[in-house]
Amino acid sequence: MSDLVVTPGWYMALAAVLFVIGASGLLLRRNALVMFMAIELMLNSVNLTFVAAGRELGILEGQISTLFVMVVAAAEVTVGLAIIIAVFRKRSTASVDMLAGMQG
Amino acid sequence: MSVEVIVFVIFGAAAIAGAVAMVAARNPVYSAMGLLLTMFSIAVFFVMNDAHFVAAVHILIYAGAIMTLFLFVIMLIGVDRTMDPDEPLPLQRPLGIGLSGAFLFLILVAGRTAWVTGRSDLGAGDTNGTIENISDQLFGTWMLPFLSTIFLLTIAAVGTIALAQFRAVTLVEPDHPEADVTPDAEEVTVR
Repeated sequence: MSDLVVTPGWYMALAAVLFVIGASGLLLRRNALVMFMAIELMLNSVNLTFVAAGRELGILEGQISTLFVMVVAAAEVTVGLAIIIAVFRKRSTASVDMLAGMQG
Repeated sequence: MSVEVIVFVIFGAAAIAGAVAMVAARNPVYSAMGLLLTMFSIAVFFVMNDAHFVAAVHILIYAGAIMTLFLFVIMLIGVDRTMDPDEPLPLQRPLGIGLSGAFLFLILVAGRTAWVTGRSDLGAGDTNGTIENISDQLFGTWMLPFLSTIFLLTIAAVGTIALAQFRAVTLVEPDHPEADVTPDAEEVTVR
């Protein structure tokens, strides 16, 4: 057991598990806020993959990509939460099931 | 067993537990706390992968800014409303779980064949993510993408302000079509 080392494959497997948990949260929950958190979780698991792969390949670009993903996530959260609040003011709900106003 | 294995197991379990708690919790505040636990664990993994600066930024942005924003919105919307009382579609839950399991299986199978298994000769291997190394890259090779994030953040800020200003995102109730039609555009002139 002494030669048991943590390879980047471990990190990538863990990131895959986290990504799938996030995707299942997106599929199973109806609260728009929790769905947003699930998207954040998926973005973060991809960040972990970037960093692990960058270390394995011996390049720094993985960490640079992570920084850009963080910028996109921050922008997305501000706009998304503003939309959720705007919808909540109008309809007093954050459940995506109630928002069937555009259904034909 | 080395220290790295022990740390990986502990924080990996914490990350997965936090993620599962986020999905399973009824109360959105508990979901936010579970996500926070996952974020901290991922920051630990960043440190273990030599990404020190990224780990610090990750903690600052996610735990500091984004989770605070989430909690603020949860408090604004109201904590006591427990959402999704029961599932309206009968097949949604088993189908979602089954699809997720199949997805995970396929990712792991595909990954085992494709993911990197050894140090390549692409780079010499200085992946120590200190501020100096990161900024050498960011303000050298990646200057243009870095500057273009300025536009992204500006557009996001302008969009957020616009969404906050025009209060009536007129989703007209179908049974009162004329109730909310009166546009707020005149009200929302300069203030």
